[in-house]
Amino acid sequence: MGGPILDIRGLEKTYKGGTKALAGVDLTINKGEIFALLGPNGAGKTTLIGAICGLVNPTAGSIHAFGQNTAKSWREARRKIGLVPQELSFDMFDKVIRQVRYSRGMFGCPPDEARIEEVLRSLSLWDKRDAAIRELSGGMKRRVMIAKALAHDPELLFLDEPTAGVDVELRRDMWRQIDALRAAGVTIILTTHYIEEAEEMADRVGVINKGRILLVDDKDAIMAKLGRTEAHFTLATPLAEIPAAFAHYPLTLEEGGMRLVYRGGDGTGKGKREVAELAQTLAGAGVAYTGLETRESTLEDIFVDLVEQGAQEQAA
Amino acid sequence: MMNWRGATAILKNELARFFRTAFGSILSPVLTTSLYIVVFGAAIGGQMDPSQFGGASYGAFIVPGLIMLTLLSESTSNASFGIYMPKFTGAIYELLSAPVGVAETIFGFVGAAALKSLIISAIILITARVFVDYEIAHPVLAVGYVVMVAASFALFGFIIGLWADGFEKLQIVPLLILMPLTFLGGTFYSVQMLAEPWRTVAQFNPIFYLINGLRWTFTGSSDVPIGVAFGFTLAFLVLCVAVIAWIFRTGWRLRE
Repeated sequence: MGGPILDIRGLEKTYKGGTKALAGVDLTINKGEIFALLGPNGAGKTTLIGAICGLVNPTAGSIHAFGQNTAKSWREARRKIGLVPQELSFDMFDKVIRQVRYSRGMFGCPPDEARIEEVLRSLSLWDKRDAAIRELSGGMKRRVMIAKALAHDPELLFLDEPTAGVDVELRRDMWRQIDALRAAGVTIILTTHYIEEAEEMADRVGVINKGRILLVDDKDAIMAKLGRTEAHFTLATPLAEIPAAFAHYPLTLEEGGMRLVYRGGDGTGKGKREVAELAQTLAGAGVAYTGLETRESTLEDIFVDLVEQGAQEQAA
Repeated sequence: MMNWRGATAILKNELARFFRTAFGSILSPVLTTSLYIVVFGAAIGGQMDPSQFGGASYGAFIVPGLIMLTLLSESTSNASFGIYMPKFTGAIYELLSAPVGVAETIFGFVGAAALKSLIISAIILITARVFVDYEIAHPVLAVGYVVMVAASFALFGFIIGLWADGFEKLQIVPLLILMPLTFLGGTFYSVQMLAEPWRTVAQFNPIFYLINGLRWTFTGSSDVPIGVAFGFTLAFLVLCVAVIAWIFRTGWRLRE
């Protein structure tokens, strides 16, 4: 991972009606990473992207992209930034290839048919290059949006809810494409409220709610800090207490001694290993069980906890 | 430094949109203007006294007015529609996030709108020749003046397109203001034919100066001094550029 490619300090946005969409956002994005910005609807994700890309006038704060203040060096910054908005927004009656050429030209790049072909092929759109966009399926239209954003070879790409409303197959297809972009050295910031997406794709995760960044960390570090494994052993006969041989495991007895519950791990696989050990040694120690259920805590649990915690803090 | 590639990309895109619907875009104004020339110029015009129109036939007298009618309505509606559509579909995001500023946007959107109306006006001028025998006394000035008017009203249309938040507003100014003012501005008559107070009232109509400016380049005579008509058009052009520059600086109706 390289140094900072984007540095946001104290960014605020209050809309005319008084709604505070961003309430002092500080965020640094490193070159080459995939950063997932998680947050519920109305959290400020799209406003934050809009402020960086020039769609929204921030009320306060600063944005530096590629080391330059975007308010002053906006032309230089925008040449290197690509944006795929959430909504499908283009001239539906135009041809695919023409729209992609248009985007490349608008960002100041010289015509390059080979590059246009490369972009369209990478998104499986080459065969549809002469089709009117309105004739394409929803998934293909979304790919056209990505092709337009990639036409000028951006170094920093924003994907606002890239898989919102698309089916599972297309979502996985989109993830593969995002992965290919990362391999090509593009820094990607994606907003999503699909935790699975962040878990699958991101190097780092930020959680935003009510215009505030609640947490930013490496995805693995978050899982290590807050990840948990939970295993329920349904016992054949009830236990009065936990045998001393298992005292070093984080175990509790529930349901009148009929259920032995493990709650531990740190998101690194430790929990799974300990549950496997337990499963083997319990039988050896004469503790018979008739069922075993295990569950790993996900980013979703962490996300819900953080959002709820934030709400409680604000209420207090 | 100006992003020329961006500016020409917008211009080409707008022209491509025009040529995609070229049949309807060109045929409709050509047909309407031809009907005006046939009905007013050929049918009714034969009954008019040429001395009232500086010795020219009535058909030749109304040609500059009809060209102006087309120029004003086409430049305004092309530009207003051109910028309103991306606002309506959301595609404006690309323009706002691209390295293009006010100069590139004006060059692209306004340039394309003006060019389209000039193409249609040229076709109408050629079509008019089929029905009417007119002369152009000052062809170079006529071209310069027509280009200036097309650019001014394309800028004006661009402002309307930014201001409009619905298709209805897009139509209000061209239909309820420009069209009546053009008809009352001397397209079909000379103000010398009007009795007072209407002769004086007509001089408060800005379109009156535009029509007479163009008429002067055709016939060499008009109801107003040519300098006034040119000065008025230039002042309007500068005002529109200033308004658009302000819009881009503040983000009014563009950025949230």
